[in-house]
Amino acid sequence: MSDARAIAKEAARASYGRLLAWLSSRSRDVAAAEDALGDAFRAALETWPETGAPASPEAWLLTAARRKLIDGARRRNTRVLSTPALTLAAEEAEAAMRDDKPFPDERLKLLFICAHPAIDAAIRTPLMLQTVLGLDAARIASAFLVSPRAMSARLVRAKRKIKVAAIPFDTPGEQDLASRLPAVLEAIYAAFGAGWDHEAGAEADHHDLTGEALYLASLLTQLLPDEAECWGLFSLMLHAEARKEARRKNGAYIPLSDHDISRWNTKMIAHGEAALAHAWRLKQRGPYQIEAAIQSAHAAARLHDRDVSNDIVMLYQQLVEIAPTIGAYVGYAGALAAAARAEEGLRLLDTLEAVRVENYQAYWAVRAHILGQLTRKQEAVSAYERATGLAQDEATRKFLMQKKSVLGAQHTGKL
Amino acid sequence: MKYLFILYSDEDDWETMGDAKRSDIYGAYMAYTDALKNAGVHISGAPLSHSREAKRIRANGVQDGPFADGKEQLGGFYMVDVKDLDEALEWAARCPCASMGHVEVRPIWNIGN
Repeated sequence: MSDARAIAKEAARASYGRLLAWLSSRSRDVAAAEDALGDAFRAALETWPETGAPASPEAWLLTAARRKLIDGARRRNTRVLSTPALTLAAEEAEAAMRDDKPFPDERLKLLFICAHPAIDAAIRTPLMLQTVLGLDAARIASAFLVSPRAMSARLVRAKRKIKVAAIPFDTPGEQDLASRLPAVLEAIYAAFGAGWDHEAGAEADHHDLTGEALYLASLLTQLLPDEAECWGLFSLMLHAEARKEARRKNGAYIPLSDHDISRWNTKMIAHGEAALAHAWRLKQRGPYQIEAAIQSAHAAARLHDRDVSNDIVMLYQQLVEIAPTIGAYVGYAGALAAAARAEEGLRLLDTLEAVRVENYQAYWAVRAHILGQLTRKQEAVSAYERATGLAQDEATRKFLMQKKSVLGAQHTGKL
Repeated sequence: MKYLFILYSDEDDWETMGDAKRSDIYGAYMAYTDALKNAGVHISGAPLSHSREAKRIRANGVQDGPFADGKEQLGGFYMVDVKDLDEALEWAARCPCASMGHVEVRPIWNIGN
């Protein structure tokens, strides 16, 4: 996509999100606001990349949406469009545009609504992608391995809940920040993860949500510049995204230690470093900053040929202290193995509850790797097989089977 | 909830690929089957022979093969018992066939409930 087209698309997305936040926070009806803006947004996505974004994108969208609002107001019985609150909100929006100031950005309210405790955790990320970015349900559904119809139904239910439960659209205060920011960050990171899972798929472009997630993370740093974890998350994602081109070669998965670093996006790495430095200056420790620091150390190791294995072990130690997730423990075990402490890594894996790891692919891959290092061949083979059986994409399966065959053993199970 | 995973892929491709690739795919399916079993969701499953071996029977007699002209043919199945559709889709996505062809996920109609 050319730059001009990308800029026009981004303008459409940004102004859509801003208008939707404005209209739904006043009408308290997200679905109705979406309904009113939907056609206008689709028209913008079609025409702006050709013509360029208009001088006032919000005014353009609102004018285009106006017809639908008037029609809706005329037909009093129309399900949602007749909501007088929405028409009133649209008038207020127009008034706000008359001044020469930029249109108020209330997307933070929308992000916090999406991650509200009353909203089911599994639907928070999809809700964010749909309301803040205007993504359609089918695209979100396929990234989250849910059928499009089921995803639409879940989104509708969530929006109804916001309306019926009258969840307030407030600018988050200090207390909300402490209690709800982690959920907002988690939802954004989940969007990134969903894009990540599918990057190897045949329809990678369609599934790829990493770009959308980066946009949300970047937006959050602008909306909450004093929250270190926002910068930490943004930095973590930039580091991961910067290595994207090096992670696959001819359809095969390439582990970090074998990356061709000439394929790294060094500009993006520098951007990630700057975001992390900004986070540290705010002096609020948090898991995303530590994870970003781990990625930063990995980058330094390859770029400056430095042994960082002990630093990474220390960072993981801190990470499991404040955020003892199963992923953090598995990463910690891998870090121990990389620092020539494979025995300790294995002991750590053994302490994890079986039910939490039995279907967790990364656990079996790391376990297999460590067992291989300890020359416990047969156990390594069977762990590689378990990891292979849980893998979701061809490249990962191939990589794991390759590692297994290097151990030179036969399959242990039956078809 | 029981679901049938119906696996569709290019069966001619399977016949023409080299032994090395065939053995890779075989290994991937074995690992997947083990994963289903380890998770306690596996009920049954099997690969099917080439569709040219198929016979069709109707009231008017027996015919050879389905001789499907589509690129992807029915090549195997799994029956699983999982919590819900979300879990079924998660497992279906891990099936090697999902990267090579496609997997149809159908709930088993539970007569009597």
